[in-house]
Amino acid sequence: MQLNIKYFGMLAEVTAITEEYIQTEVCSVSELVEKLKNQYPKLGDKDFKVAINHHLVDQNHIINTEVEVALLPPFAGG
Amino acid sequence: MNSFNSRYHRQVILPEIGSSGQEKLDRSKVLVIGAGGLGCPVLQYLTAAGIGTIGIVDFDVVDISNLHRQILYGTSSIGINKALAAKQRLTDLNPAITINTYPEKLTTKNAISIFSEYDIIVDGTDNFSTRYLINDACIIANKPLVYGAIFKFEGQVSVFNYQNGPTYRCLFPEPPKAGSVPSCAEIGVLGVLPGIIGSMQANEILKIILGLGNVLSGKLFMYDCLTTTSSTFTISRVESEISKVKALSEDFKKNDYDLFCGVHQIIEITAQEAFLIKNAQFIDVRETHEQPKIDSLEPISIPLGTLEQELHMISKEKEIIVFCQSGIRSKRAVEILQKNGFRNISHIRGGAIVLHDNMSDLLDLKK
Repeated sequence: MQLNIKYFGMLAEVTAITEEYIQTEVCSVSELVEKLKNQYPKLGDKDFKVAINHHLVDQNHIINTEVEVALLPPFAGG
Repeated sequence: MNSFNSRYHRQVILPEIGSSGQEKLDRSKVLVIGAGGLGCPVLQYLTAAGIGTIGIVDFDVVDISNLHRQILYGTSSIGINKALAAKQRLTDLNPAITINTYPEKLTTKNAISIFSEYDIIVDGTDNFSTRYLINDACIIANKPLVYGAIFKFEGQVSVFNYQNGPTYRCLFPEPPKAGSVPSCAEIGVLGVLPGIIGSMQANEILKIILGLGNVLSGKLFMYDCLTTTSSTFTISRVESEISKVKALSEDFKKNDYDLFCGVHQIIEITAQEAFLIKNAQFIDVRETHEQPKIDSLEPISIPLGTLEQELHMISKEKEIIVFCQSGIRSKRAVEILQKNGFRNISHIRGGAIVLHDNMSDLLDLKK
């Protein structure tokens, strides 16, 4: 299945893209994150939350259909 | 028509607000923490709208580098405490409201007592330690929190702890690793971005007070000013995160949010103090060709640029004292060492120049 991955803030800087489409089998959020960290090693030391179709989910959430996955980092600035 | 009615005429004629809405605004008390990029537009709109009591917490002074985005201030404000400079300008904007200033750092010691005086708390700060402190104090004091944060060309807005909605910790339970999220001071920010995000925070505050529309509770709004796109994500309340904070409320004053966020103070010592510390390892982070050499301290030479690759040369068992030529690079070196788990580090004010100029006196100290 195809997933639309969106990167926000400094995550877009370390991956050098704001969005992409990837092919994957059914997986948990944590498995997907591991896969992305392997592809973009600099994601490894970043902290972020994952949203599926605009809903924040936890690491155990199973992705079993074509969805939009957003990676949301915290911002500090003010 | 008296001046009160004239001033607010354009919002009072909105049937959704009316004179009863204006009275609600007049009775409201809003505390703004951080009178910087986000705090300035929040303060300006709240003052203009006639919020009866506004509190401003900021320990910092206005710097010329603030003026491109903190447009509440003028060149004449440079060097003045931000809370006080803001009050001066805001009093001219609307002399009918009460403005309380807190020209001090928000701490676990003062937060709860200050928060208890207000209805709504606004986070316009620029660091994670204070953001977690504010969130937790809002949970303990049971106050809604209007949150805004920015990164380069992107911004986040949400309303936390509102009518049993989620809190900042339900979104981000733990702070990111220290140093992994750069600040505006390090990477820059487009001046208009905090203007947009701060104005959105002001809008949420007015909606809460007036009971209008849908408050941005349980949602994280993300805005990108380069693509002019926005996305909204739903957040759920995580009861276990909130309980953890409530359980700490007895000991709230003892919490160390800098420690929680991995922020460590950078200790600067004088050349005299450095000479009196026994069994310290001295690290010279200048380039190897730089003069004068400070051989009497028997320093390990590790130029700043290679420090992260040469950490194995430094013992974690001994006290670490870093110096460079004047004390600037050594400060950066302390940050790098702290990030890599080294503790018990200080750096020498004035660096090798001060060490060299006072060498004969310093050597006497050792005798």
